[in-house]
Amino acid sequence: MDLTTVTEVLVARGRADLADPRPGDAYLAGGTALYGDTDDSLRRLIDLTELDWTPLVVRSDGLHIAATCTVAELRAFQPPTEWPHLADLVAACCDAFLASFKIWNRSTVGGNLCVSYPAGSMISLAAAADGRVLVWRPDGSEYWLPVTDFVIGDTVNVLQPGEVLREILLPDAAVRERYAVRTLALAPLGRSSAVIIARPRGHSLALTISASTQRPYTMRVPRGRVADLIERIDAVVRGNWVDDVYGAAAWRRHITGVLAAEVIAELA
Amino acid sequence: MSTDVHRPGTEPAVAGPVVEIDGRLATVAPRPGQCLRTYIREQGHFGVKKGCDAGDCGACSVLVDGVPVHSCVFPAHQAVGHAITTATGLSADGLHPVAAGFVAAQGFQCGFCTAGMVVTASTFTAADFDDLPRKLKGNLCRCTGYRAIEDAVRGVVNVQSDAAAPAVGQSVAAPAGIRVVTGTEPFTLDLALPGLLHAKLLRSPHAHARIRSLDVTAALQVPGVVTVLTAEDSPDVLFSTGRHENRLDDIDDHRVLDTVVRFVGQRVAAVIAESVAAAEEGCRRIVLDYEVLSAVFDPELARDPAAPKVHADKDPAASRMIDGTRNIAAEVHSEIGSVAAGFADAAVIVDQVYATPRVQHAHLETHGAIAWPTPDGRLTVRTSSQVPFLVRDELCHIFGLDRRRLRVITARVGGGFGAKQELLTEDIVLLGAMKTGRPVQLEFTRTEQFTGSPSRHPMRIAVKMGATADGDLTAIAVDVLTNTGAYGNHAIGVMFHGCNESLTVYTCANKKVDAAAVYTHTPPSGAFRGYGLGQIVFAVEGALDEICRRLGLDPYEVRRRNVVRPGDPMLSTTPEPHDVRYGSHGADECLDLARAALDRGNGVRPPAGPQWRVGTGMAFAMIDTIPPRGHFADASVTAEADGLFTVRVGTAEFGNGTATVHTQIAASVLGVPIDRIRLIPSDTDAVEHDTGAYGSTGVSVAGHAVLRAAEDLRTRIMVAPGAVAGLIGRGRDDGSGRSIAFNVQAFRVAVNVQTGEVRILQSVQTADAGFVMNPAQCRGQIEGGVAQAIGTVLYEDMRLDATGRVVTDTLRKYHIPQFVDLPHTEVYFASTSDALGPFGAKSMSESPYNPVAPALVNAITDATGVRFTSLPLTWDRIWAGLAAAGVT
Repeated sequence: MDLTTVTEVLVARGRADLADPRPGDAYLAGGTALYGDTDDSLRRLIDLTELDWTPLVVRSDGLHIAATCTVAELRAFQPPTEWPHLADLVAACCDAFLASFKIWNRSTVGGNLCVSYPAGSMISLAAAADGRVLVWRPDGSEYWLPVTDFVIGDTVNVLQPGEVLREILLPDAAVRERYAVRTLALAPLGRSSAVIIARPRGHSLALTISASTQRPYTMRVPRGRVADLIERIDAVVRGNWVDDVYGAAAWRRHITGVLAAEVIAELA
Repeated sequence: MSTDVHRPGTEPAVAGPVVEIDGRLATVAPRPGQCLRTYIREQGHFGVKKGCDAGDCGACSVLVDGVPVHSCVFPAHQAVGHAITTATGLSADGLHPVAAGFVAAQGFQCGFCTAGMVVTASTFTAADFDDLPRKLKGNLCRCTGYRAIEDAVRGVVNVQSDAAAPAVGQSVAAPAGIRVVTGTEPFTLDLALPGLLHAKLLRSPHAHARIRSLDVTAALQVPGVVTVLTAEDSPDVLFSTGRHENRLDDIDDHRVLDTVVRFVGQRVAAVIAESVAAAEEGCRRIVLDYEVLSAVFDPELARDPAAPKVHADKDPAASRMIDGTRNIAAEVHSEIGSVAAGFADAAVIVDQVYATPRVQHAHLETHGAIAWPTPDGRLTVRTSSQVPFLVRDELCHIFGLDRRRLRVITARVGGGFGAKQELLTEDIVLLGAMKTGRPVQLEFTRTEQFTGSPSRHPMRIAVKMGATADGDLTAIAVDVLTNTGAYGNHAIGVMFHGCNESLTVYTCANKKVDAAAVYTHTPPSGAFRGYGLGQIVFAVEGALDEICRRLGLDPYEVRRRNVVRPGDPMLSTTPEPHDVRYGSHGADECLDLARAALDRGNGVRPPAGPQWRVGTGMAFAMIDTIPPRGHFADASVTAEADGLFTVRVGTAEFGNGTATVHTQIAASVLGVPIDRIRLIPSDTDAVEHDTGAYGSTGVSVAGHAVLRAAEDLRTRIMVAPGAVAGLIGRGRDDGSGRSIAFNVQAFRVAVNVQTGEVRILQSVQTADAGFVMNPAQCRGQIEGGVAQAIGTVLYEDMRLDATGRVVTDTLRKYHIPQFVDLPHTEVYFASTSDALGPFGAKSMSESPYNPVAPALVNAITDATGVRFTSLPLTWDRIWAGLAAAGVT
């Protein structure tokens, strides 16, 4: 939709163009989130797309995903042979989106993290793969933090005004692993009510709970059947279940337990 | 390049060719914050539509350098230097094969989603055909149920045209087909008027408040704002937004702009400006002082004398409401026979309370209208309406205009489902045009559809039903409470109609109805496909299913035993005679066809695992083929000098296919190919009168008028001594040929008792449509009704918060069925031919919706053993109900 309160677009060419944040600013990449909702406080858009960040870079420490990498680019990525399961994980997380492939052509991984919806399945992906995010401060400094500390609530993250999400790093150790993914929504391809992912982590499993909760959670669980699984989950989630039109809280908690048992069983 | 789009380190580009659209270079720079959709349309390319404006529906899909995107969420400035292709451009060098597929498959109804569908499907590779549910999940269609769209994408041909045979009875392609699939068929707002102004409505944030003061000074200072309409501009005339043939059938409780607001979202003022942006800014600058008043949200509490009053200021007699001091808009209490005696004779009694929610129509084209003065001193209103003549008449009533001064036209309407049997935009644009002397447009946003437009009446329906051990009904008592919201549009009609065919369908000596429609401080309810029957049939058929289960009787046989048959009086609330007759009776055939299809099965297996439980269910519904209390249509057919015949008829095409059928009727009567028929519909200047496209009357009434006009012309031609050019045949129908039609829906479902998931394994609908004028179209109407009802049951969840504000105000939050959500429904027609309908045809647009919800819930009950009585039945609610009943 037209953002009728916007009076200016600044197409950023370098980091210096990000140094002067003002009230009413918003960072723009593909526009699918910003242009899909009303926000009368917007005055200026700072377009990041001509910074020409390389979407995907494979390094020894893992996969570097630029914040402006589109979901479609990530979906089309062919990982090196050392990461044989990564494409399946990416595909499963893309399919967890309500949004169509036409949106994927424009929406970005960073944008999904920054909007911070519970159902943001790029958040699920990054959380499951021990993802860390790099944030640029307007003063030129920067910091890293785990994605599970970046998204801290339903549409809430730690970004301060003027800060830019620059990239997401999926560490090599994590993307070498095999993943089991289960999703459920209130419709076969609806907006995800729960995205539950597990992967081996030494002698145990790393279990990621997302979409059903207000922020992503990761926890260790033993391999094999876990008798007190829902109690363990409750101890981590501590009641922060999402309760909205995409699923009642009690149901989300229940299906989280069902799906968690399934991913644990798959990796048993 | 706009000077407002800065690229540091580069010189601002001079204005020049910046975006290529369908091969043409657009030289206007996009505004900062503008999306590509509005940019494309402002350049005169109307092949991109607005369904949601938020990236959910896909009606605005275009290709950017060959890549499909939703143009409503594409920043227009990022399109600079790129090439855009719309549905129009796809077929610039001849009809694109995918577009041709949509014509050949009859892959559309209203056609508003079609351009976006075609663009999206044009990018599909062979592998994508195996994954259509995912590839098409970003394209919503509210009309078809997607089967016809899948056929279109896969190249299945459904239309048929045998010039040697009569046109009626053939699956003739829709006359607008090629324009629809190329995005060139103009819908309501697809025209460029010089000097066009835009109206935006300021809406109330309070559920109940008095406006103490309203200051427009700052709003008028916004550059581009021309004027502001407030209650001071509003004539002191009460009217109803709901429109019927007889304006006295609705409650006069509404003003163009009022000083009291009665729901969150009610319009308070309208800012008229040179641009939408200026009008929006003007709305933000209006200074209001509200005296917030107490409000009632719960219909169960509305009649309490202590409850806040919605319309206590009205004279009940003058407004035609029952009791404004008790918030009662409409009421009926009746008893035929003695239900007490009937229950005493019963072997089994079921006593249940059912609840149905608000349902949004979600027609893809939002409400919109344009009004403009014409040089001859008249005013024209072009509106997305099902009832242009009734809109004209009421506008004349409100504004004191002579009918000859006002012309109301509709272009092709992008879906209605009853929502456009209302007057929601036309009064504002007309008032604006009269005040400014310029063309004024008002286009609702998708959010305004949820917050400022009527939805289906929520109802609470208590049903008590008794039967003998053989399944003969001994007594039916219903106690119905409908929530009409803040205004009484359609409150009376929906209440009476809902209690009518749901009860007349069964012979039972003892029937009792207690029904009331109450006001609350919530968004108004209104006409919705089925017009009350969807809700009450859900309750009656659920209760009857329960009787069958308790007695161990076959549900098909119990319907067969109890259905009214020729000679039986059709009774609900009154023993008085009425004008509905047995023009035909296809109930037995519908029951047999449905059961045979379900018994035959379709080979679809439930998912593996003991948690998946399988069940079957059915339900039955009857409808009167024409609404009561008068429905009129005038038509004419003119023999033209060029050998063509021009059909003029007042009803509107909104996806119901009447344009096709009227063409078929005229061609058949005149014995000419269909391409010699030209149709001029839905124009108050074209014919004397037409009640409009509601009550599924496009064939049964307007079609009858066309038939008579064509017959009249044929007679004139036969007796004409010389040239026939200029001869005119005229026809009229008064809607008195009321008959009945039946629909049976049957499902086989699997329910996952661990998660509440539902999979529809088989869906069957049988229809007593009489002679089927256009099988492809009629099948489409049935599939679309089934689709909409499945949405009502499983997915659509319209919620208000504790302050009366609609929470689910976008298509992302209000999930209408996607491609993957719907089964292919097997459709079978009874072989009836009606004595009263044109060519033996009956109506078949609303009625397919009505038996679906109870059939689906009955199937879920059969699968799980748990009786659900409340909609929507989303998966989380199913799980909660099963868990509460101990089913795991």
